[in-house]
Amino acid sequence: MGFISERLRAIVVHAAALIATVLSGGALASGSKVNQMDMSPGVTATGQAIYDLHTAILWICIVIGVVVFGVMFYSIIYHRKSKGYKAANFHESTSVEIAWTVVPFLILIGMAVPATSTLIQVYDTEEAEMDILVTGYQWKWKYEYLNENGENVSFFSNLRTAQDEIYNTEDKGEHYLLEVDEPVVIPVDTKVRFLVTANDVIHSWWVPELAVKRDAIPGFVNETWTRADEVGIYRGQCAELCGKDHGFMPIVVNVVSKEDYAAWLETKQAEAAEIKALMAQTFTMDELVARGKNVYQGYCAACHGMNGEGGLGKAIAGSAIATGDLTKHLDIGVNGVPGTAMQAFGGQMNDVDMAAVITYQRNAFGNNMGDMVQPIDVFNHKKG
Amino acid sequence: MGDHHHGPAKGLSRWLFTTNHKDIGTMYLWFSFAMFILGGAFAMIIRAELFQPGMQLVEPAFFNQMTTLHGLIMVFGAIMPSFVGLANWMIPMMIGAPDMALPRMNNWSFWILPPAFLILASTLFMEGGAPAFGWTFYAPLSTTYAPPSVTYFIFSIHVLGLSSIMGSINIIATVMNMRAPGMTYMKMPLFVWTWLITAFLLVAVMPVLAGAVTMMLMDIHFGTSFFSAAGGGDPVLFQHVFWFFGHPEVYIIILPAFGVVSQIIPAFSRKPLFGYASMVYATAAIAFLSFIVWAHHMYTVGMPIAGELFFMYATMLIAVPTGVKVFNWITTMWRGSMTFETPMLFCIGFLVLFTIGGFTGLMLSIAPADFQYHDSYFVVAHFHYVMVAGAVFSMTAAVYYWLPKWCGRMYNETMGKTHFWISFIGFNVTFFPQHFVGLAGMPRRIPDYALQFTDFNMMSSIGAFIYGASQILFLYNVIATIVAGKPTSEEKVWDGAEGLEWTVATPAPYHTFETPPAVR
Amino acid sequence: MSDQATTHEKYYVPEKSAMAALATIGLITSTFGAATAMNQATFGNGESSFTTMYIGLCIFAATLFSWFRTTIKENLAGMNSAQLKKSYVIGMFWFIFSEVMFFAAFFGALFYVRTLAGPWLAGEGEGGAWNHLLWEGFQYSWPMMQTPQEAVGGVSNQVMANMGTFTSAHKSMAFAEVDAWYQWLPMWNTIILLTSSGTVHIAHEGLLSGNRSRFNLWLGITVALGVIFLSLQVVEYYEAYAHFGLTLNSGIYGSTFFMLTGFHGFHVAMGTIMLAIQLIRSLKAGHFTSDDHFGFEASSWYWHFVDVVWVGLFLFVYIL
Ligand code: HEA
Ligand code: HEA
Ligand code: HEC
Ligand code: CUA
Ligand SMILES: [Cu+2]
Repeated sequence: MGFISERLRAIVVHAAALIATVLSGGALASGSKVNQMDMSPGVTATGQAIYDLHTAILWICIVIGVVVFGVMFYSIIYHRKSKGYKAANFHESTSVEIAWTVVPFLILIGMAVPATSTLIQVYDTEEAEMDILVTGYQWKWKYEYLNENGENVSFFSNLRTAQDEIYNTEDKGEHYLLEVDEPVVIPVDTKVRFLVTANDVIHSWWVPELAVKRDAIPGFVNETWTRADEVGIYRGQCAELCGKDHGFMPIVVNVVSKEDYAAWLETKQAEAAEIKALMAQTFTMDELVARGKNVYQGYCAACHGMNGEGGLGKAIAGSAIATGDLTKHLDIGVNGVPGTAMQAFGGQMNDVDMAAVITYQRNAFGNNMGDMVQPIDVFNHKKG
Repeated sequence: MGDHHHGPAKGLSRWLFTTNHKDIGTMYLWFSFAMFILGGAFAMIIRAELFQPGMQLVEPAFFNQMTTLHGLIMVFGAIMPSFVGLANWMIPMMIGAPDMALPRMNNWSFWILPPAFLILASTLFMEGGAPAFGWTFYAPLSTTYAPPSVTYFIFSIHVLGLSSIMGSINIIATVMNMRAPGMTYMKMPLFVWTWLITAFLLVAVMPVLAGAVTMMLMDIHFGTSFFSAAGGGDPVLFQHVFWFFGHPEVYIIILPAFGVVSQIIPAFSRKPLFGYASMVYATAAIAFLSFIVWAHHMYTVGMPIAGELFFMYATMLIAVPTGVKVFNWITTMWRGSMTFETPMLFCIGFLVLFTIGGFTGLMLSIAPADFQYHDSYFVVAHFHYVMVAGAVFSMTAAVYYWLPKWCGRMYNETMGKTHFWISFIGFNVTFFPQHFVGLAGMPRRIPDYALQFTDFNMMSSIGAFIYGASQILFLYNVIATIVAGKPTSEEKVWDGAEGLEWTVATPAPYHTFETPPAVR
Repeated sequence: MSDQATTHEKYYVPEKSAMAALATIGLITSTFGAATAMNQATFGNGESSFTTMYIGLCIFAATLFSWFRTTIKENLAGMNSAQLKKSYVIGMFWFIFSEVMFFAAFFGALFYVRTLAGPWLAGEGEGGAWNHLLWEGFQYSWPMMQTPQEAVGGVSNQVMANMGTFTSAHKSMAFAEVDAWYQWLPMWNTIILLTSSGTVHIAHEGLLSGNRSRFNLWLGITVALGVIFLSLQVVEYYEAYAHFGLTLNSGIYGSTFFMLTGFHGFHVAMGTIMLAIQLIRSLKAGHFTSDDHFGFEASSWYWHFVDVVWVGLFLFVYIL
C-alpha cells in the first residue's frame, strides 16, 4: 500500500510541475532543462544552424497540418449526413491532383537547400586545431589527445553515479546518470576534431549541446568536430544500443578557457609522468588492496558485482581462478577471455591499476589468498 | 474428391488441415491478436520501468530483451500477420475468386508462424537470456557479443521470412490470376492493389533479411568475418543489408493500412474514392522509392557526404506520393454525406495521427537535423505514430468494418466508439510527450534516464496503460459480437459500402464465389 | 451469371490436407535441431549432435515428396484447370525472384566490401582517412590476401577487441597461371554449366516436339553435367582448404567466396535433384506431354536461374 500511495503522490507532484512548465511555454533556453520540450540550439554555430533548420521544418509541417486538417474538419463538421448533407459525386480532377503533387515538391526543394548547406557544414572537418580520439567500450569512453602537446594524455571516463542511487536506496543527485569520474576537457572557441571509434560493439558519441552525434564503429574511425562558443559543462549519452549498460555510459564535456585548458593539460602530463614513476615502485598489500578496490568498482563491478558475487561475469568470490594460479588470473585480467564479455583490460588500464585490481580480487570477498601482484609483474607478463 | 459445397469440417482438424481462405484468415487474425497482447505486455513492462527514474522492476539486461522482443513481435508477429489475415479473408471476396490461388501452401504459410514465434519467445527462458540487441539487431552486438539464444532467433527469422514469402507469392498469384472476368487491374479495390504491391515488396526484401541473418549465423558459428573489420568486413555492412530490408518493411506495414482506409472512408462518406488512379500510382511510387532510401536510418554512421545527400533527397521525395494519398482521402470526405461509425472514427484517427507521424518522418529525413534526432525518443514517437496510429488503428477499423460480414452479427457501436476515444486519447498521452523528451536529448533503448525527463515519461507511461487497457474493450467487443451480437443478414451491412464482398450473403458463406461473378 | 460459369472453368480448391502440418513439424524440428547443434558446438562444452536436425529433414523431405506426388496425381486425374496451372507458373516465377534477391544480398555484400569498406580500412577514400590509427600497414587489394588483423601482426597487436582470428589464404582462387589455364577449375565449371543450360533446352524442345527419347537423353546429360559440376566444386573446396589455405576463416575474401559459391552449389544440388526427379518421372512413369509438363518446365527455369547466378559469380568472384 505504501508503495502505491507513494507512487500516487509522485504522480500528483509531477503532474503539477508538468502543467507549470507547459503553461510557461516549456524551457526553451539553452541547456537540457527540466521538462524541456524542444531541441536546444546548444553552444555551437552548427547547433544553431541545425536548430534553425529544425524549427523551420517544424513550422512548415505545422502550417501544412493546419491547412490539411482544417479542410478535413470543415468537411467533418459541415458535410455530415445527420445535417442532411447530400453527397456530391465527383471523383477526379486532374488539375487539382497535379497541383498537390507539384506544390509539396516545391516545398521540399525549399527545405532541401538549407539542409544541404547545413550538412556540408557538419561534414567540414578540415582545419581542426586539435584531435581527440574517442573510443567506445562496453560501457565507458576512452579519450586520447593526439596532438604533439597532448601526448600521453589518455584516460577512461566512467559513470560516476552510485549503484545505490540507481537502485533507489539513496537520493538521486542533480546530474543523476549524467556524471562521470573524468570528463573530457576542451578549450573554448577552438575547432576540435573528434575521431570516433569503438573497441567492442557500436556506440554513438552524442552531446546535444555541441550538436555532435557520431557512431563509434569497431574497426573504423569516424570524424566529426565541434567549436564551443561558451565555457561550460555539457552532458550527453551513448546513443547506440551497446548492451546491458547502454543507458549508463554518459559523456561529459568540460569546455574551459584556453588558459585553463593549458593548465589542465599540464597536470595531466604530470600525472602521466607520475604513473610512469609508480610503475617502477613496489607496493604493500594494503596499498594495492586500497587502490584495487577503487579500480574494481570502476571497471569490474558492473559485471562481477559489487561483492564479487558475479552477474554478467562469473563470480569472483570463491572463483577457481581468483583462488588459484596467480599467473592465470593475471592473464585473464590482461588478455580477457576471447569470445566472451570479459575483455582484455591490459590495454585499458595502467600496470599499477592492473596489479592492484588483481591483488584486490585475490584478497577480497573471502578470497584470502594473501599473495599479490606488483606493477613490474604486469609489465613482464604483457611483454610475454 | 466429391463436391465441396458443404461447410467446414468439425474439430481441431478443421483448423489444422484447412485449405479455406476464410479459416486461414481467421487463424492469422487471432494469432496476430495474441501476439499483439504479448508484444503489448512487453511494452507495458518497458513503460512501467520507465515510469520513474531509477531501476525498479527489471534489470537492464532484461529491459533490453523486452525492447527487442517488443519490437520484433509487434512488427513480425502482430502487424504483418494481421494484414495477411485480412488479405486472406478479403482478397478472394473482393476480386470474385473462389479461394486463394494456392490453398495448401496458404495453410502452410500460416502454420509455420506459431512455432517460429514459440521458439522466439522461448529464448526468454534460455541461458544468457533472450536477444537483447534491439529489433534492428546490429552486429557485432548481435554476433560476437550476443547471447547463445541468438541462434534460435536467427532460425525463427528464417522461418517467418519463409512464411511471408509464401504468403506473398500466394497473394500475387491470386490477384494476377483469380480475378473474376471483367475485373481489370484498374477496377480492383484499392485494398487489393496495396496488397499486391506489398506482396511484391515482401518477396523482394524478405530474402535479403534472410541473407543478413545468414551472414550473422556464419560469423557466430563458422568463423566468417562479414561484420568484423579485423577480417576485412564491416559492421556497417550489416546495417546496409538490414535496412535494405528494413525500410521497405515499414511500407509493408503501412501500405495495406492505406488500402483499408481507402475502402472505409468512401463507404462512410457515401461518395466514391477520389483519385483512384493516382492512389494506385502513388502506392507504386512509394514502393519504388522505398528501395532507395534505406540509409536514412544510418545518417550518423559516417557515410560519405554524397551518399548522405542522395538518401536525404530520395527520402524527402516520399512525402509527395504520401501527400497525394492524404489529399485524396480528404477530398473523398469533402462534400460527402458522412456518418461516424467506429470504423470511420478509427480512419479519421488514422488520417490525423499518421500525417503527424509522416511529418516527423520528414523531419527525420533531413540529414543534419537527424544528427540530433537519431536514436532519441523523437524517433520512437515518430514510428509509433505511423505504426500504432497508422497500422494498428487502420487494422482496428478494418475489424469493425468487416466483422459483421464475417460473422453475421453486429458489434456494439457504443462500446466501439468508447474504444476509439480511449485509444485516441491514451495513444496521444503516451506518444506525444516522447517527442519532447527526444528533442530534449533522451536516447532510446535505455532502462533508466536522467531526472529532467521524469514528468513526460510518467505521462507517457500512464497513457500507455490507458491505451493498453482500452484494448480489453476491443477484445471484449469482438468476442461478444461473435458469440451474441445482434444478428444481421443484410448483404450490404453499411449503406455506403461498395465492392463484391458486399454482394454475397451475410455472414459470408464458407465458399464464396464458386462461379465467378460478373463485373462491369 | 450462368454464362460466365461456362466460359470459366471451375477452379480446383483442394480438400483439407495434413501436408502443411507435417511439413511444419519437419521444418521446425530441423531448424530447432540445427540451432541446438550449432550452439552446442560453439558455446557448449558438450558434444554437438545434429540428430534432431536430420530427423526433421527426413520428415520434411518425406512430406514434400508426398505433397508433390499428390499434386502430380491430381494433375494426371485432370483436376487442374488451365487457370490453376497458371497459378503454378506465377508461383514459380516469384519464387525464383525471391531467390534472386537472396543472392543479391550476398552480391551486395561483396560489392560493398570490395568498393567501400576494403579501401576505407586501408585509409583510402572519404570513409577512411584515419583508419591507419587502427590498421597501420594494411594495404587493400582484392582478393584480400592479408587481413587487417594480419597486417598489424595478429590478434594481440590489434587495437580493437578480439572478435576472432582471421588468417588469409596464401593463394587465391582467381585466375593466375596462364600456362596452366587448363587446370583452372572455375573455367571448366563455367563451360559445364553453360552447356547444361543448352542441353536442358534441347531436352525441352524434344518434349515439345513429342520426341520422348530425345527428351530423356538430353535431360540425362543435363543431370550428369550437374553432377560433374558439383564434383568439381567439391574438388575445388578440397584444394582451397588443403592447398591454398583458403577457408571460411580467411577474412572477408574467404567469407564471400564460400558463401557465394556455397549457396550457389547448394542451389545446383537442388536443381540437379529436381531435374533428376523429372527424368525418373519420364523414364519410369512416362509423365509429361508436349503441352503439359510443368514439373519439368519449372525445374528447367530454376536451372537457368542457377546458371545465370553462376555467370555473375564467375565474373565477380573469380575474374574481376
Ligand atoms: C509504418 C511505418 C513507417 C512509415 C510509414 C514511415 C514513414 C516515414 N519515415 Fe519512418 N520509421 C519507421 C516506420 C515508418 N516510417 C520506423 C519503425 C523507424 C525506426 C526504426 C528503428 O530505428 O527502430 C523509422 C525511422 C525513420 C527514420 C530514421 C530516424 C533515425 O533513426 O534517425 C527516418 C529518417 O529519414 C524516417 C523517415 C520517414 C519518412 C520520410 C516517412 C514518410 O513516408 C512519411 C511521409 C508522409 C508525410 C510527409 C505526411 C503526409 C504528407 C503530406 C500531408 C504532404 C505534404 C507534406 C509536405 C510537403 C511536408 N523514419
Ligand atoms: C507495430 C509495431 C508496434 C506497436 C503496435 C507498438 C506498441 C507500443 N509500443 Fe512500441 N516499439 C516498436 C513497435 C511497436 N510498438 C518497435 C519496432 C520498437 C523499437 C524496438 C527497438 O528499439 O529495438 C518499439 C519500441 C518501444 C519503446 C521504446 C523502448 C526503448 O527504446 O527502450 C516504447 C516505450 O515506451 C514502446 C511502447 C509501446 C507501447 C506503450 C505500445 C502500445 O501501443 C501497446 C498496447 C498494447 C497492449 C498493452 C496489449 C493489449 C492489451 C491488453 C492485453 C490489455 C491488458 C493491458 C493492460 C491492462 C495495461 N515501444
Ligand atoms: C563486460 C563485463 C566484464 C567486465 C567489465 C569484467 N569482466 Fe571479468 N569476466 C566477465 C565474463 C563474462 C567472465 C566469464 C568468462 C568465461 O566465460 O570464462 C569473466 C571472467 C573473469 C575472471 C575469471 C573468473 C573465473 O572464475 O573463471 C576473472 C579473474 C575476471 N573476469 C577478472 C576481471 C577483472 C580484473 C575485471 C576488471 C578489471 C573484470 N573481470 C571486468 C565479464 C567482465
Ligand atoms: Cu555505448 Cu550505448
Ligand atoms: Cu526508413
